[in-house]
Amino acid sequence: MDMNLYKRTFDLIKLIVKRNWITISIWIISIIAINVMVVGAFTELYSSQEEMFAMAETMKNPAMTVMVGPSEGLDNYHVGAQMSHQMLLFTAIAVSIMAILIVNKNTRADEEEGLIEMIRSLPVGRLSVGLAINKVMSTSFILLFLLMTIFMYLTGIENITLEGSLVYAATLAVTGMFFSSLTLVFAQLAENSRSTIFYSFAFLMLAYLIRAVGDVSSEMLSLISPLGLILRTYPYVINNWWPILIMFVWSVLLFGLALYLNSIRDLGSGFIASKPGRNSASKFLKTPLGLYLRLQRTSIIAWFITMFLLGVTYGSIFGDLEQFILSNEMIQQLIEANSNFSLSEQFMTVIMLVMAIIGTIPAVIFALKIRSEEKKKRIENILSKSVSKNELLLTNLIISLVLGFLMLILSAYGLYFASSQVMDDPISLFTMLKSIVVYYPAMLIMIGLAIFLNGIYEKATPIVWLYIAYSFFVSYLGDLLNISEIIIKTTPFGNIPNYPVGEIKVIPLLVMILIAIILIVIGFITYNKRDIKEQT
Amino acid sequence: MKVLEVKGVTKKFGKLKALDKIDLEIKKGEVYGFIGPNGAGKTTAIRVILGILKADEGDTKVFKMDAWSDAVEIHKKVAYVPGEVNLWPNLTGGEVIDLFTSLRGEVNKQKRDELIKRFNLDTSKKCRTYSKGNRQKVALIAAFASDADLFILDEPTSGLDPLMEQEFHKCIAEVKKEGKSVLLSSHILVEVEKLCDKVSIIKNGKIIESGILKEMKHLTRTNIYAETKKEIKGIEKLSGIHSFAKKESGYSFQVDNSMLPDIIKKISDFEVVKIESYPPTLEELFMRHYENVEVD
Repeated sequence: MDMNLYKRTFDLIKLIVKRNWITISIWIISIIAINVMVVGAFTELYSSQEEMFAMAETMKNPAMTVMVGPSEGLDNYHVGAQMSHQMLLFTAIAVSIMAILIVNKNTRADEEEGLIEMIRSLPVGRLSVGLAINKVMSTSFILLFLLMTIFMYLTGIENITLEGSLVYAATLAVTGMFFSSLTLVFAQLAENSRSTIFYSFAFLMLAYLIRAVGDVSSEMLSLISPLGLILRTYPYVINNWWPILIMFVWSVLLFGLALYLNSIRDLGSGFIASKPGRNSASKFLKTPLGLYLRLQRTSIIAWFITMFLLGVTYGSIFGDLEQFILSNEMIQQLIEANSNFSLSEQFMTVIMLVMAIIGTIPAVIFALKIRSEEKKKRIENILSKSVSKNELLLTNLIISLVLGFLMLILSAYGLYFASSQVMDDPISLFTMLKSIVVYYPAMLIMIGLAIFLNGIYEKATPIVWLYIAYSFFVSYLGDLLNISEIIIKTTPFGNIPNYPVGEIKVIPLLVMILIAIILIVIGFITYNKRDIKEQT
Repeated sequence: MKVLEVKGVTKKFGKLKALDKIDLEIKKGEVYGFIGPNGAGKTTAIRVILGILKADEGDTKVFKMDAWSDAVEIHKKVAYVPGEVNLWPNLTGGEVIDLFTSLRGEVNKQKRDELIKRFNLDTSKKCRTYSKGNRQKVALIAAFASDADLFILDEPTSGLDPLMEQEFHKCIAEVKKEGKSVLLSSHILVEVEKLCDKVSIIKNGKIIESGILKEMKHLTRTNIYAETKKEIKGIEKLSGIHSFAKKESGYSFQVDNSMLPDIIKKISDFEVVKIESYPPTLEELFMRHYENVEVD
């Protein structure tokens, strides 16, 4: 091996650590903290045998397996078994995302910025950057392994054994190493950092999907997917080490491949050439509406999928819901006692509220696109043409209004799609649609507030996010924390009837729509009067 | 016919007066240079003219319409190239050019394709991959492909290579020939000198000098270079003589135009072998304004 290829790797390691230690620490601390908190929550929520049994029952359906993976511990569903069933996959995905983002940032993204060129012009080995990032990531994941094991074990909860914790933490660490190496391979193959991210996340999603299909149909198929493979460790239940070993071997092999590819390519180039784009614009793109839809295309599709899947996720737990709710104090507290309606229907109203607030997020993002374009200094490109501020703002508003409405509808469809398959006596689609659409006036107020702030004082637009976060906190946890009715009414969502349990009254809804219209009108007037803030 | 008329325009950002009662006037067919260093207020003035910023005082008329309230109507006949071209990273250059031209109005496909060839731009690439010069080309092609009557160009050549710069100069000459007007903001003085008929110099938000370039030069000083048999003595101290310097085989200095006859008489005493005179460059004009103000 030619040592010159790896010269000064140690100096580069120091540089990478210096630039990334905060990010890496935040990732590791959050991942560990969430797991430790969830262990605590599980212990409190399901303290009795019956509750554990009920929980296991709700988990025994294909929809759940598709989402979180298989379990070997459903017969004795203790806290450890719950962790390995419900938390391992999602934590592993979080670790993978961490690996993808940090590796890309320090390799392909830096290369695109010309930073690697600067480094390579110094007496530094050609493969030093790749080796350095690998060392930093491996060390980070070993740290994650050690800390995770210690903190999980230190919770002192029965069934959270030392061996189980070792397997649980090692599974996560090795997943991180695998995705670090994989991203490094994609960083060589792709031509730019965006493609690197795209390929890495596409791989992650594909791994999830193959596992989902495999878990309900064929074990072999699941083992092909890295995410399916790691779930076969079954920490706290069976404690298999062999998947960890296989993943580790894969990480080493992929890292070798990445270094090889790195050694045979030119700086700045890749193996997968990005295909040339269109030489001219389609008819659709030539209008402000077309432009803004095109710019947000990926985000729109991603939100559509998210909202639908959110509905499916909630819908899939409707199957044994009644039994589950009866055994769960926390959820019982969330639901008002009302014997006229089934527990499923009452639980549904809580879900609708959550979905409506989450659906408001994309609606406000689309409404505020005009502000983010202003911040990026691209709005004068449009306003210096024959397009008025009104036309531009109206375009943003319409996109937000229409897509926001679709977000609500899609989540209800998702909910119906999944729940109708698992329930003996399904709630009708019409009831669900009605139950979600009543939240539209509340969404309108948030959109109106965004337009209003953008016009009157554009720097204050983040207030709308605070208000949405506040609404979520107050409406969702209001009953649980015994927050008074008056405070709940300070949010638009708190003023919406929880149909079908609550009655729909037209006047309050009309008042909310009127408020939204007033906010929007003021937003238009003030936006027309103010300067476009683009200081060079 | 006046294409652009700016009268007493003031624009404040908080306490800072970015523009202080500026006046500008462009007639049909004129190429107007707008010069000043960074931060002097050129871009702010252009944004007021485009109706992106609202002036605190004064009057801005483009094609006899109000720059702020009739912005949309005005922009149908205005082509603008910003100093810093910010494009959408995920659209291709070709898509952006088409978007820009169609948002303005009618599209001349033939002209567009011809300009793409002249500026040698690969329009199939995404804007994220473009260098500053290429992003500027996108904006320039979109501007010159349009059927505008007024071109507002804010330091349009700062990222172009010399070949493309020449292509740009040709484009300016062509639109001028068609009787269209250009407002060219720049700090590349050679370029302004080559292209512009009239010039305004802006400093700290105020227009400190403006007029026809030729007249401005004659109003001021003349550069003289002289070689003599005898050593020139006692001239540098005379009033009306500036930047006197002894060169290898002669002398160079500037003379106030009013003093020119006297000085010529004086130096003939030293037995002139060779004498050259030329008008001051814009750069000298410009530097003098800035140096003077630095003293106060």
